[in-house]
Amino acid sequence: MTKYSALLFISGLVFLLMVITGLLPIFSDSHTPMLVGKAILEGAKDQVGAANVVTSVVLGYRGLDTLGELSILFAAASVVGLVLTKSSFNKAASANNDKHDHHDSGFVAVNAIDLIFPLLLVVGMYIITHGHLTPGGGFQGGVVLAVAFSMLVIVRPRRASINHGMVSIIESFAGVSFILIGVIALFKGQSFLQPLLSHGEFGSLWSAGTLPLLYLAVGLKVGAELAGLLLALNSDEVVD
Amino acid sequence: MIWVVTVVVFIMLAAALAVLFLPNMIAAVVASAVVSLCLTVIFAVLKAPDVAMTEAAIGAGLSSLILAIGLKRLGYWKTDSIDKVKAGERHD
Repeated sequence: MTKYSALLFISGLVFLLMVITGLLPIFSDSHTPMLVGKAILEGAKDQVGAANVVTSVVLGYRGLDTLGELSILFAAASVVGLVLTKSSFNKAASANNDKHDHHDSGFVAVNAIDLIFPLLLVVGMYIITHGHLTPGGGFQGGVVLAVAFSMLVIVRPRRASINHGMVSIIESFAGVSFILIGVIALFKGQSFLQPLLSHGEFGSLWSAGTLPLLYLAVGLKVGAELAGLLLALNSDEVVD
Repeated sequence: MIWVVTVVVFIMLAAALAVLFLPNMIAAVVASAVVSLCLTVIFAVLKAPDVAMTEAAIGAGLSSLILAIGLKRLGYWKTDSIDKVKAGERHD
């Protein structure tokens, strides 16, 4: 049964790749060099409504590429988790290591992380939520959040711990909501991931339609994935 | 502005060479973070603030943390130089 489902999956993937390859413009006669940069710079303000042009390209004009980046990151984080986390039959052996290995870092690191952690959270959330107005966005803010949480866990393993189930729930929720926002646009008769809602007042926090929501999803997903990756790297090595 | 860039480029080159020649592994990780920070300044000068933020967050923050965790896993998280660490391993 597993073999057949794997075969079905692979044939579906091959079919998808063939369709995409057939649709590529380099195989059609009407192939022209890309001159979209100027057009985007001129039309982004009216078409997307984001004050940050980079965001309107990343999420508005090239939303599908962002989805691809997210899936690449997801694959990388999954592989690291698969390779580096403890396997279940070694749990008993490593349980003994856990007990004497979990001690807080020194005075300087503990106090520094206590001081800097709330600041990092605020900065990360600011970068994510203002991604459509100022430089930055979901990827950068997500990395800041991931580093903040994993630093806290690495420096004070006694007091702080991250629930891996919660991390996966946040990650899945963010990924699904990103795709759902794109699919809703399909149902409204527009193209996938096309920005919806009204543009709002140019330059205000509630502007640019669904772009802030998309960046929030990207930020949560990147943050959860990278935090999981860092904690998998930091977890105790399997002793055989 | 050209002087800022010149100074930053020289700091960057020095830090990149320091990564290769520093005997202490922790110092080498810090030097690689310095390379990323200098690159951030250059991106900001080139009016690419988005790229600069990505470089600061990923290049200076995340990759240094990954390198540091890697050092810890490999047992090189020592303030001694790498030769001393290896010599100590040989004595064991």
